[in-house]
Amino acid sequence: MITSDPTASQTAGAIILHVNGEKHALTVDHRTTLLDALRERLDLTGTKKGCDHGQCGACTLLVDGRRSLACLQLAVAAEGREITTIEGVGGSGAGQGAGPGSESGGQGELHPVQQAFLEFDGFQCGYCTPGQICSAIAMIEEHAAGWPSAVTDDVHPEAAPQPLTPEEIRERMSGNLCRCGAYMSIVQAVGYAAGARHTHSGPDEGSAA
Amino acid sequence: MTSTVPAVTAPVTAPPTALGTARTRVEGREKITGAARYTGDIPLTSLAHGSLVLSTIARGRIRAVDDAAVRAMPGVVAVLHHLNAPRVRGDYPSIMGMAPDPTVRAFQDDRVPHWGWPVALVVAETPEQARAGADALVVAYEAEPHDTDFSGERTDAFALDGVVPATLAKGDEEAELAASAVVVDASYTTPEEHHNPMEPHAATAYWQDGRLEVLDSNQGASWTAEDLAKAFELEPGTVRVRSEHVGGGFGSKSVRVHQIAAVMAATELQRPVRVAMTRRQMFSLAGYRSPTDQRVRLGADPDGRLRVLSHGSVSQTSSVYAFVEPAAAAGRVLYDAAAHRTSAQVVSLDVPTPTSMRAPGMAPGSFALESALDELAERCGLDPIELRLRNEPSAGPLSGLPFAGRNLRACFEEGARRFGWADRDPRPRVRRDGRWLLGTGTAAATFHAFAVPSTAAVTAWADGTFTVRIAAADIGTGARTALQIVAADALRVAPERVQVRIGDSEFGPAWLAGGSAGTSSWAWAITPAAGELRERLALGVDIPADGLTVRSDSTTALAGQEPAERHSYGAQFAEVAVDPGTGEVRVRRMLGMFAAGRIVNPLTARNQLVGGMVWGISMALHEEAVRDVRSGSLVGADLAGYHVASHADVAHIEADWVDDPMPGDPIGIKGVGEIGVVGAAAAIANAVRHATGVRHRRLPIRPDRVLCGESVDGGPAGESLERGLPGESPDA
Ligand code: FES
Ligand code: FES
Repeated sequence: MITSDPTASQTAGAIILHVNGEKHALTVDHRTTLLDALRERLDLTGTKKGCDHGQCGACTLLVDGRRSLACLQLAVAAEGREITTIEGVGGSGAGQGAGPGSESGGQGELHPVQQAFLEFDGFQCGYCTPGQICSAIAMIEEHAAGWPSAVTDDVHPEAAPQPLTPEEIRERMSGNLCRCGAYMSIVQAVGYAAGARHTHSGPDEGSAA
Repeated sequence: MTSTVPAVTAPVTAPPTALGTARTRVEGREKITGAARYTGDIPLTSLAHGSLVLSTIARGRIRAVDDAAVRAMPGVVAVLHHLNAPRVRGDYPSIMGMAPDPTVRAFQDDRVPHWGWPVALVVAETPEQARAGADALVVAYEAEPHDTDFSGERTDAFALDGVVPATLAKGDEEAELAASAVVVDASYTTPEEHHNPMEPHAATAYWQDGRLEVLDSNQGASWTAEDLAKAFELEPGTVRVRSEHVGGGFGSKSVRVHQIAAVMAATELQRPVRVAMTRRQMFSLAGYRSPTDQRVRLGADPDGRLRVLSHGSVSQTSSVYAFVEPAAAAGRVLYDAAAHRTSAQVVSLDVPTPTSMRAPGMAPGSFALESALDELAERCGLDPIELRLRNEPSAGPLSGLPFAGRNLRACFEEGARRFGWADRDPRPRVRRDGRWLLGTGTAAATFHAFAVPSTAAVTAWADGTFTVRIAAADIGTGARTALQIVAADALRVAPERVQVRIGDSEFGPAWLAGGSAGTSSWAWAITPAAGELRERLALGVDIPADGLTVRSDSTTALAGQEPAERHSYGAQFAEVAVDPGTGEVRVRRMLGMFAAGRIVNPLTARNQLVGGMVWGISMALHEEAVRDVRSGSLVGADLAGYHVASHADVAHIEADWVDDPMPGDPIGIKGVGEIGVVGAAAAIANAVRHATGVRHRRLPIRPDRVLCGESVDGGPAGESLERGLPGESPDA
């Protein structure tokens, strides 16, 4: 898509990005953020740009399983990391088939958080949604691993796992703005998906406590 | 389109109606998988990227643009500015006959009318190169003294008609005031507020086979195409605008400099060019809600019956456009009084041009009026709901026209029951929860309901499916899903058999996603087309390979409507907790009970109403763009400096509705996009008053302002507080 050759410049470098289980070799301008590399070079446009300044959460994706803002890191610094975008959080093919003509958004299996967003109407315009979903997926794991938040009552390391209350969800998801104000249904969706995860996982799974 | 042999799959049995049953969004799966392509997500071969350069002065002239160095930078393919850009017109009538936003005339002359005015566009092969070029471009200015100091006290304020008249008045205000046993006379202010849809404005333009193609994020594709044709003086049919997915709009996504700049560059370079605003640029290019300074005078008999309703509002506009925020208009609908006066004035300043933002006029106006009603209720010793019900008019207070469905009373009665209003102790500052002071408040809401002529086409296919084509926009409202339901109902088929295509100017003229009139306007067009198609199919016609299409235009049908007062209503309830030690205000719960017409899809409608109420929290407690009068620029113009409500600010909000079908509408629709924010900030401010005993007449209710209220005489002291607080304007 780029007609000038970025390799001609000393300000570009060849890197390999691991995205959604696939390896992509590309040459990027050193100034290119991970967000722009995904969007402009790899045609993975599910990750959105809401501010480009780390202030809105629209670009949230998973780096080595943890939530991270793609606009705040350079593509060259993401080499060797395991990157998962909204296109890759579901079963195979959930985010594939994307394109202007695609009505379905792919037919693969949805992640339980995605499914819950759909059923609880956890969005309106949908622009903050990929970031909300990626954030929620990692947040549920953080909570399960015993990480406290600002509203966690008992933060002693030996404390029993605290329930993921709506208040906890709201606190932990506050880095993801939704200007449409779909917060009520997002929290319901996340709470439902987190509860379902609990039911499905065994007693000694998913908790570091 | 022939009619020979019986159809193979004509729909004959009517399934149960889908109207009013919750349905998830048609495009939901695309949105949750990242497959939905918004404007900036659509790849194009040989796409170039444009980066805007904005003025750093608030008034003056451009002396020189030193573009040679930038043109020599890697990847830069063009630098457009007033000395070389294609000519555009900005004097054409746009929507409802109004002039287009003045940034449409970017790069046309050397004038700089405000800070953040677009002065150049740098186009390059990559976004990084374009941005580097824009950052490096040196523009020399001849600065002139500027004036951005907004105040309601200014003597140069002038009356300005907008979509509604500036002033409407009846009765003798002074005589009625003299006869009033109880008088409230207070000033209220609301700050400059910015829409900030999550998706920044973006457009990609390219020429194909002699036609201008524009991929854009807007609230009306036909409107945008018409405006672009007028601006560039092109044949109307040669411009096509597509806007499939839109990441929010709230009034800001109209024709602005990004489309103009993209078209200019695509024309010059003869290749596709995308121009996206940055978040910071949106603060001067995307429009905003003007600050308001409002004065409300209410006079009443001891039983609360109004003798006087006088509401004057002053807002600001730019030196290059006459825009008015009609903040006093709510009183024209809500209450009658012997002396009734509502007026709007503006001050022209060296500031960006304001525009309509979710519930224009009504959002800031209802804060003032509904706060004043609460003050009056206190003075009369009346319950605030009872006061409002005593002042329910039987006809339009100024028009005398009958109300087409006015169910405000039902909203208050049902809302009060569910909220537990009857148990409320009206005394301020008596409820506590630990260190928190608790209070509850209520307010009325209204927003006009109307429909605008639109066109639609409905096609039946041989396989039993249907396609609706209409240049509607789904900016998060759920329009696509609602229109599928509307069409399916008129066709008497299951919604799954109907595909709705929107966001394409090829589909003909249609009203935009605005004024809470999208769904109603589009339904007025779709319903008759679908109905006629169903009748034709019932006759047993053959469906050709290219389908059987019926087109409609609602112009004639809408012209036949009887004049009436058509509005939505609502009763807002809020419970707040205030920490007198830190000044923090938390909204613990809100309930909005609405009479907003027939609800097509409860799932998406509730989401939208709640979203409006979230805007109310945001407006009451957080949003405030601060303009530095010395530089004329905004302080902290981004999402870190400009706070919008986040997850942690929204505890529990419930929105519901009473039965309220709109008389005369084919389906009974009114609209739910705006009513949710109306009155919400007043309900919260009234709750803060109840919790603390301090009346806040200045938004947002920031912790420092709450603390100021607490510090007077070592604690709130009722009326003495209302004469003015340290650091606040006299009427605040
Ligand atoms: S785009 Fe990265 S946080 Fe906003
Ligand atoms: S759904 Fe529109 S910003 Fe969240």
